[in-house]
Amino acid sequence: MPGVCVPDVEAVFRESYGRAVAVLTRLLGDIDAAEEAVQEAFLTAVRRWPVDGVPPSPAGWIVTTARNRAIDRLRRESTRADRHRAMLLLYPALLHDTALLSDPGPPPEEGAVRDDRLRLLFTCCHPALAPATRVALTLRLVGGLTTAEIAHAFLVPEATMAQRLVRAKAKIRAARIPYRVPAEADLPDRLSAVLAVVYLVSTEGHTASSGERLLRTDLSAEAIRLGRELAELMPDEPEVVGLLALVLLVDSRRAARVAPDGDLVPLPEQDRRLWDAALVAEGQQLVRRCLRRGAPGPYQVQAAIQAVHSDPPTDRRQVLALYDLLPPTPVVALNRAVAVAEVDGPAAALALVERLDLPRSHLLPAVRADLLRRLGRHAEATAAYDAAIALAGNAAERAFLVRRRAGAAGA
Amino acid sequence: MALYLLAMHQPVGPAPEPAVLQQVMADLDALREEMQAAGAWVFAGGLHDPDASTVLRPADGDVLVTDGPYVEAEEHLGGFTIVDVPDLDAALAWGRRTALASTLPIEVRPFRERS
Repeated sequence: MPGVCVPDVEAVFRESYGRAVAVLTRLLGDIDAAEEAVQEAFLTAVRRWPVDGVPPSPAGWIVTTARNRAIDRLRRESTRADRHRAMLLLYPALLHDTALLSDPGPPPEEGAVRDDRLRLLFTCCHPALAPATRVALTLRLVGGLTTAEIAHAFLVPEATMAQRLVRAKAKIRAARIPYRVPAEADLPDRLSAVLAVVYLVSTEGHTASSGERLLRTDLSAEAIRLGRELAELMPDEPEVVGLLALVLLVDSRRAARVAPDGDLVPLPEQDRRLWDAALVAEGQQLVRRCLRRGAPGPYQVQAAIQAVHSDPPTDRRQVLALYDLLPPTPVVALNRAVAVAEVDGPAAALALVERLDLPRSHLLPAVRADLLRRLGRHAEATAAYDAAIALAGNAAERAFLVRRRAGAAGA
Repeated sequence: MALYLLAMHQPVGPAPEPAVLQQVMADLDALREEMQAAGAWVFAGGLHDPDASTVLRPADGDVLVTDGPYVEAEEHLGGFTIVDVPDLDAALAWGRRTALASTLPIEVRPFRERS
């Protein structure tokens, strides 16, 4: 019906850009060509939907239109023989599927689309790409964020981000990074790269590594969206479900984590009424569901820790027991020490912290400062706060540490 | 199918102990036979140290001849294998095994497509 406005198209864009690019990439064998065709389809939608009304299946309409456009162009450009050859070089998928040129057939069914979305995800998170590039590509191609949005989220100039994406797509093409779901034997490694991308988006949304604001709500929302998409695509992978639970539980405290003046509020001081009860419930239910499978990986355990925190009063011994299940990386050991402080007191925790080495991170001196403060060793605490403040990249975290330091110095 | 260069980056300096070197050569030979059996192997070779290099530079229509490597570096191209495989994952799989056999870092680089 007429009266449809551009925001409808925008909503569909965010919702279905990734799946359309995924299908078209398989058909055309090239991500750039796929993106171009999908963008053309959306431009057509902006023109047509206000007149013709939104089609019953907007996402399917976009895929079909993009595919028809791409095929039209191939037909047009392949009238001359040399061009035809060039096209086949450019779109090798058509070598095996020349029938497409004459009959595009019905739109692909949901199972096939699901496989394409997985392929795209694994291509974006391929280990031959740098981790920061994997994140940017995933947000762009799977999440449908614009280059400007991604650049803004990671505080880099748009031109820098655009160049990073262009280079990544050029490498995928030149090096022939395959467009497929990895074989069973490689799946654990490859999956962990995909999960790491979502986790990185989530942590960056939760505590921005630099900038004024503590939270990047846009990135938190994107992490949840990607987490849900992964869980939908791989419902039988416990770590996938664990990761979704983790991002939901972390995000459930978003409103309580920042005071009205922008200050950070640590977990024990948060107003629980501000927690998002629906997200807490969903996260806890997912934790129970994946732990029942009896294959607790690091994301599930972290989610379980958050689930315990979401069920006050926190069972501190259970938190500590869960930390013991995690691989003892320095960051895990530091968080475990915080849990030890709650069970055995700050002196026991400090003894653990003093053995850790986490160069360039403000977290170690910040935890150390808090433990020293609780032990009444104020001069040492002040010095540790100074070290933490010097290393903290986020203005809200820095302000929080400055406040704590004043408390320690004044006590 | 596509061609990839598996380039072996080797530190400048004395060769490893004979026993170590012998093991590396045996492992690389076994790997080459596997590549050949799989139909992936195209060509391979080990290179002399860059001390044996001669560099030719075009200069005003003439060519300048200099003794020694193109660049002085801590590491140099010690040898390479060219494989013909379907995609990067297959090239990386051979590259990974070459790294383990040679105990050296391997750079996997795609050839431009032949037209």
